[in-house]
Amino acid sequence: MTLGHLARGFPWLVLLAWLVMALLGPLLATRANEVDLPHILAPPSAARPLGADDLGRPVLARLAAGAGTSLAVGFGVVLVSAAIGALLGGMAGFAGGWVDLVIVRIIDVFLAFPGILLAIALAGILGPGLGNVVIALAVVSWVGYARLMRAQVLSLRSRDHVLAARALGAGPARILVRHLLPLAGAPLIVEATFGVAGAVVAEAGLSFLGLGVQPPAASWGSMIRDGVAYMLTAPHLVAAPGATLMLVVLAVNLLGDRLRDRLDVRTRVC
Amino acid sequence: MPAAILTRLGAALVVVVGVSTLVFLLVHLVPGDPVEAMLGERAQPSDRAALRAALGLDLPLWEQYRRYLTGLLQLDLGRSFLDQRPVAAVLAERLPATIRLALAGLGIALVIALPLGVLAARCRGTLVDSAAMTLSLAGISIPNFWLGPLLILVFSLWLGWTPVSGDETPAAIVLPAITLGTALAAILARMVRASMLEVLGEDYIRTARAKGLGESAVLWRHALRNAWLPVLTVIGLQLGGLLAGAVITETVFGWPGVGSLLVDAIKARDFPVVQGCVLLISICYVLVNAVTDLAYVWIDPRIGAR
Repeated sequence: MTLGHLARGFPWLVLLAWLVMALLGPLLATRANEVDLPHILAPPSAARPLGADDLGRPVLARLAAGAGTSLAVGFGVVLVSAAIGALLGGMAGFAGGWVDLVIVRIIDVFLAFPGILLAIALAGILGPGLGNVVIALAVVSWVGYARLMRAQVLSLRSRDHVLAARALGAGPARILVRHLLPLAGAPLIVEATFGVAGAVVAEAGLSFLGLGVQPPAASWGSMIRDGVAYMLTAPHLVAAPGATLMLVVLAVNLLGDRLRDRLDVRTRVC
Repeated sequence: MPAAILTRLGAALVVVVGVSTLVFLLVHLVPGDPVEAMLGERAQPSDRAALRAALGLDLPLWEQYRRYLTGLLQLDLGRSFLDQRPVAAVLAERLPATIRLALAGLGIALVIALPLGVLAARCRGTLVDSAAMTLSLAGISIPNFWLGPLLILVFSLWLGWTPVSGDETPAAIVLPAITLGTALAAILARMVRASMLEVLGEDYIRTARAKGLGESAVLWRHALRNAWLPVLTVIGLQLGGLLAGAVITETVFGWPGVGSLLVDAIKARDFPVVQGCVLLISICYVLVNAVTDLAYVWIDPRIGAR
């Protein structure tokens, strides 16, 4: 196996590890929440490969539990926001007229916000919890998909096969789903890939601020926040979740880059 | 004033009104009762009603919105639930620190991104290029709430070069600025590289080389000047990210800006302050974008002529 193979396989390996950790998380759940006072801040050892945290809980099991959180939020946010965005963007592009005007104005206002700021405020007002994190992040991330979908539909809607479908009596919903979505899909998939990375970081960020999932549930972000207090004596508490988070985000971004090159999509065209 | 500028400012104003409305709806329509949050669940109904009336929360939504907008026009953002100080005064006190941090972060980003991007473009396809781009991808992927504590660990705790938090000494801004600027540096480096590659292929660059100009003069004086425009767009677009990133960076470093104020206000459920912070940062963002648009005309006169 050459270095090139390794580089090509790296993102997939990381994703696989992420998935396996998330699946193993529930099995280790009792262990992840087991307070073990004699082993507080234990350094990495054979019994605890990544050491233990300030309550003696094994860091590796907490990482696995956090993997579940990040996976759920990452894909949850992308699914919800892509569905809403594609629907609204598709409607705007397809219907035109005042529907388009209203939706475009709403998109403009949302684009005028720094998204993560709105998510922080929204998560703060909604209160902590996994569901609220997904809602807060979906509210700010549907816009990108809507803009892309609208641009795609605008450029596709006068294609011959769409005219033919309309001539055959197909309704707008059918045309949108059966005849436009398959063609508009490629850029949406690229956007969604980067969206997963963005949502994973955002979830960790919210949890770091104390606005994400609540203890004893684990999140890589809250693990970093809790570890900061013990940084001098037990640096592994901050290093492990941070490195894991960065690897996952790097891997997903690499895949997104690769996907974009392959599909040759100009994402910023609108 | 040219019509283009007026049109752009008008558009910015419309967005500001939209943003204000969204912030209002955010605080007023989202479940979660501020009165309950302030008084706790066991408060007397009469106390609740009194507080509700005092805060104007018993009025119809439309009337509350009208009052909110009127207040905004008079720069009256209400009073903090916590200490009854006017929100506008609290914000005015915190804003300079955030602006200082954002500018320092932008400075760091440019200092890193320009040489890195130009170098990568110059050495396109070589090991230098791929090393620079890998570095940039790592910079994009490293979360600032991890980078910050790592920098504190190395430079404050181990080496003792900088303070752990606060803004009392001039050295205190270095680590927060690096934390804030890294992601932007990474994005800008890629943009500078892409933009330089495009420009380097143009005829006037070949002319400059043909007339015997040194390579550095060609790169920095001739190519970079035209490569700036897309970079500037990205800076404008990313400045919002920078301001929002300041929320986390300020929290990590205990930097006394609007960002850490927002987080404290959220935890205290001090809604007028939350509303004020979000509004202020968003309006800064909208204005910066408008100014960026106008700056194009100054950098590239061809756009204004159109």
